[in-house]
Amino acid sequence: MFLRNALRAATALTLVAAGSAAADTITIATVNNGDMIRMQGLTDDFTTKTGHEVEWVTLEENVLRQRVTTDISTKGGAFDIMTIGMYETPIWGANGWLVALDNLSEGYDVDDILPAMAGGLSHEGTLYAAPFYGESSMIMYRTDLMEKAGLEMPDAPTWDFIRQAAAAMTDRDAEINGVCLRGKAGWGEGGAFITAMSNSFGARWFDMDWKPQFDTAAWANTLNFYKGMMDESGPAGYATNGFNENLSLFQQGKCGMWIDATVAASFVTNPNDSTVADKVGFALAPDTGLGKRSNWLWAWALAIPAGTQKQDAALQFIEWATSKDYIELVAANEGWANVPPGARTSLYENPNYQAVPFAQMTLDSILSADPNNSTVEPSPYVGVQFAAIPEFAGIATEVSQEFSAAYAGQQTVEEALEKAQALTIDAMEAAGY
Amino acid sequence: MARAVTQQRKIINTTAAWAVGLLIFFPILWTILTSFKTEAQAIADPPVFLAFDWTLENYGVVMERSNYGRFLWNSIIIAGGSTILGIIIAVPAAWSMAFVPSKRTKDILLWMLSTKMLPAVGVLYPIYLLFIKLGLLDTKIGLMIVLMLINLPIIVWMLYTYFKEIPGEILEAARMDGATLREEVIHILTPMAIPGIASTLLLNVILAWNEAFWTLNLTAAKAAPLTAFIASYSSPEGLFYAKLSAASTMAIAPILILGWFSQKQLVSGLTFGAVK
Repeated sequence: MFLRNALRAATALTLVAAGSAAADTITIATVNNGDMIRMQGLTDDFTTKTGHEVEWVTLEENVLRQRVTTDISTKGGAFDIMTIGMYETPIWGANGWLVALDNLSEGYDVDDILPAMAGGLSHEGTLYAAPFYGESSMIMYRTDLMEKAGLEMPDAPTWDFIRQAAAAMTDRDAEINGVCLRGKAGWGEGGAFITAMSNSFGARWFDMDWKPQFDTAAWANTLNFYKGMMDESGPAGYATNGFNENLSLFQQGKCGMWIDATVAASFVTNPNDSTVADKVGFALAPDTGLGKRSNWLWAWALAIPAGTQKQDAALQFIEWATSKDYIELVAANEGWANVPPGARTSLYENPNYQAVPFAQMTLDSILSADPNNSTVEPSPYVGVQFAAIPEFAGIATEVSQEFSAAYAGQQTVEEALEKAQALTIDAMEAAGY
Repeated sequence: MARAVTQQRKIINTTAAWAVGLLIFFPILWTILTSFKTEAQAIADPPVFLAFDWTLENYGVVMERSNYGRFLWNSIIIAGGSTILGIIIAVPAAWSMAFVPSKRTKDILLWMLSTKMLPAVGVLYPIYLLFIKLGLLDTKIGLMIVLMLINLPIIVWMLYTYFKEIPGEILEAARMDGATLREEVIHILTPMAIPGIASTLLLNVILAWNEAFWTLNLTAAKAAPLTAFIASYSSPEGLFYAKLSAASTMAIAPILILGWFSQKQLVSGLTFGAVK
């Protein structure tokens, strides 16, 4: 026993000595949101355990995307860890720009990562980024207004029910809009929402020959339904509303329903910020009975660029930040409602977390989104609310601008779809598809 | 009667000037006000103007989360350094163009200005690769050089305009008295063009302080100035308007104070030679 303890002590001392000797300062590029800010606040725990210091570069999402893309594509080496999403990971992994995360330690329990997340952050079966938190989208609705309208929200409603409920909840005199949805141009804003919604209407971006599909009835149905419902029951100026605008409306009690990212659940149920915190219910994103729901799948994940000189320290940080222990650490400091959601299976088996009101619906939403099989008809791309090809961000931004112009009444839905079809054909031909 | 009309016109002009001034200043005022609100008050509809519970909480959070001092220091060094470098290069350049012009001087001036029409993103990759090769990525000296080059056309143009107003005969007289070229530029030309140089200097500091494309794209953690500090509080997924406003107020405060105290020099420099 003594010998074993002595050996353990010697090993621990060696590890600490080795850690101190090789202490590095790593630079991490990340986005500004609640989970990331909490992680920055807890970095001392990582430094204490490993000896490595951390320097943070926090940027707005779109600025970060441009910044890290420039750096990684030139092998600049400005960052040792980058926060990237499900869109970039498979593309950058295929380009050889990221270090494969195929040597994670046994204690890390890589198999505990939710399969949908691991699948979306891999290329040809190799994991290239570890999910820090994951999200899908779901319905957040006002239970009091639903009751007042004499309706009951099913766990898995259809779009027809949502339209009917939205009309019943709308009260223009009381400034209550039945439904608030993203309409703002941008591939990650209104573009993401309408793409996820189109999946449930049987639409897809491309057929198996990469031919754009905006000239199909499924896309016309999607846009006409969206615009019709929003004109009837949406807020004024919905064509320019994104996540933040709708969050603000919902928190002020001006939306009956809001379909958006599952991470919003912790905002709208926070009594410090939300006037309706105790009147919010959750349901799966709607469908039309075709077999696909309109929820998306996204993860903010940590990846190591191939140009880094501090790969070992970077890997240690990723293991720390995306571990089960880190979740426990956040829970101890900030409560279970504030732990990073949607990344690990074990979190949803934890009774403490099961008590959080939106936990189960978040998991159900994540599990019902499949990035490898997101459309009713077969499609050649990976991704639910995007197609994981380098050209997509540019094309989808332009397409969403056409759609927003249609929502705002500057052109008809038919005109928007015609333009979307034409510009996508041009861009795909130019890209060699 | 004529005096009454003048008085009336004076009042109208003053009112109009104040109205335009307030209109231009309103976004800054709103940012400052929002920085003292809670996040819920910041998004209130209808918006609250002054009747809210004033709080310093956002400033506290920003100070706790970010190393403001480091961002501020970087901004001072980068803006100041690029301006000094620019002036050192631009004074002799503008002197030669103003006092010993060649046939192509006008073309060169126009060509210099035309470089400002190039979209910055068009040369991002070549400059980024150069920075990697030269080891200038995330360094203050790298940014000083880039910002100096970006603003050089404006500095040269402004100094050229001021120098053109100075009679060449004075410099000629100095030369006849035995002044060397160096003495002529430093002891004769520069003192006479002080108001112009001062306003050029101030304008360049403001431009360099506010520059957000290169300062965001060529820095990481070490050389990031206040533009990166502001960017770290912007988020499309989460309401941080009050904190963003606090960060913005802290970032613009130094330059606002500098502008306020130097407005006389700025105006006199910018209108130098405007009325003959």
